[in-house]
Amino acid sequence: MNLPSSLKYSKEHEWVRVEGNKAHIGISDFAQSELGDIVFVELPSVGDEIVQDNSFGSVESVKTVSELYAPVSGKVVEVNSELEDSPELVNSAPYEQGWMIVVEMDDPSQVDSLLSADEYENLVKED
Amino acid sequence: MSDLKRTPLFPVYQAYGAKTIDFGGWELPVQFSSIKEEHEAVRNRTGLFDVSHMGEIEVQGPEALAFVQKITTNDASKLQTGAIQYSIMCYENGGTVDDLLVYKKADDCFLLVVNAANLDTDFAWMKRHLQENAELVNVSEQTALLAIQGPRSEEILGKLTDMDLSQLKFFQFSEVRLAGFQVLLSRSGYTGEDGFEIYCNPEDAVQLWNKILEAGKAEGILPCGLGARDTLRFEARLPLYGQELSEQISPLEAGVGFAVKLDKEVDFIGKSALLKQKSEGVSRKLVGIEMIERGIPRTHYPVYVNDKKIGEVTTGTQSPTLKKNIGLVLVEVEFAGIGTELEVEIRGKRLKAVVVKTPFYKRGK
Repeated sequence: MNLPSSLKYSKEHEWVRVEGNKAHIGISDFAQSELGDIVFVELPSVGDEIVQDNSFGSVESVKTVSELYAPVSGKVVEVNSELEDSPELVNSAPYEQGWMIVVEMDDPSQVDSLLSADEYENLVKED
Repeated sequence: MSDLKRTPLFPVYQAYGAKTIDFGGWELPVQFSSIKEEHEAVRNRTGLFDVSHMGEIEVQGPEALAFVQKITTNDASKLQTGAIQYSIMCYENGGTVDDLLVYKKADDCFLLVVNAANLDTDFAWMKRHLQENAELVNVSEQTALLAIQGPRSEEILGKLTDMDLSQLKFFQFSEVRLAGFQVLLSRSGYTGEDGFEIYCNPEDAVQLWNKILEAGKAEGILPCGLGARDTLRFEARLPLYGQELSEQISPLEAGVGFAVKLDKEVDFIGKSALLKQKSEGVSRKLVGIEMIERGIPRTHYPVYVNDKKIGEVTTGTQSPTLKKNIGLVLVEVEFAGIGTELEVEIRGKRLKAVVVKTPFYKRGK
């Protein structure tokens, strides 16, 4: 399981990369592997507001649908439109080409409530 | 998942690190590598499945045929020894107890292969309707079942037996020695491809599994899980009990009327209800849809026409073969025509779809 230590993670299996007041968001290597072949990603539009712990979209594998939960609140400023035609990027490169959205955080201190790579690894091991 | 039943192949799943799930009380692999890869292997080459969870019940005795005729909708009197029939068990009201395969082993012996999740219900139902001179034996625990499916199956199994497999036609079976083991080999399956199902002794199952994979290496055989089994059967429009068929869904509604012989001489259970449905016309029908707008239909998603709910999705996914978002829906019959536009509600949004022909996939002859 690849869990870069430079990222923060949510209990719902999203990762966050912080750059100033912006948060890049995707799903973890663990999450993509549990889902299996991803065939569909539904994301918000640029300009939408997302709220921490609320659903901001969904990701579907051949077999199942899984909600995406916002790790932080903010305004969506970028969306990875490549996932529309190539959702499998989430499987092959969850932290790079498989990124999902970038938000401008309302409250960057929300990041403090997220997990470190070690904490997240412990969490998924318990499952 | 400690209370779940396991098949003799369970140690093999662990060796592969396959993901397992609870399927009708059984701990079974959903995938070994990837559903898409496994699906493609079966369509283009061959895949090997463990389906030992399936239930097997033997009906024996001089009145075995009469009993099978009473509890199933197809006409078992037409079966030759060594042949198989797809059939349905119905309730008096026409709802479905289960769908099954009927193997005629002899005039006084039939093997019924039923869904794992229904085995207890089925067995109790059969017992309740059992008559004199017929006996039921649940042989499920003495039977392991492997399915080899895909265009290269005959070639691969041919390396492991002296039998000329080209002589075994679809829906026929035979007792053969395979890789040194005595098995019942049937040309059948649940994927829409050519293939075989291998009923064997549970003690032999792991060795057989390994020998088949070894024999099929050059042909690119892959071990496959339930996920691929589901997408394969779905593309071929083969019903799954609990989705396309249920206590509330009759075989006529589900479009498997070919297995309901209303003109057979015996009064089978459910006959009068099904005759009535047939003469009055069914009010609901199972049809295929393809999404027009972006979204994937899933089981139980509601289906609408002009703000009126007219049915629901029974199975849906993105078809690995066609790369389209497709589904089977049970809808009011007036909206079942090919080309009818309807809407599937997907997480609160109604998205356009159109009724299309099924099966979604049919193998080349």
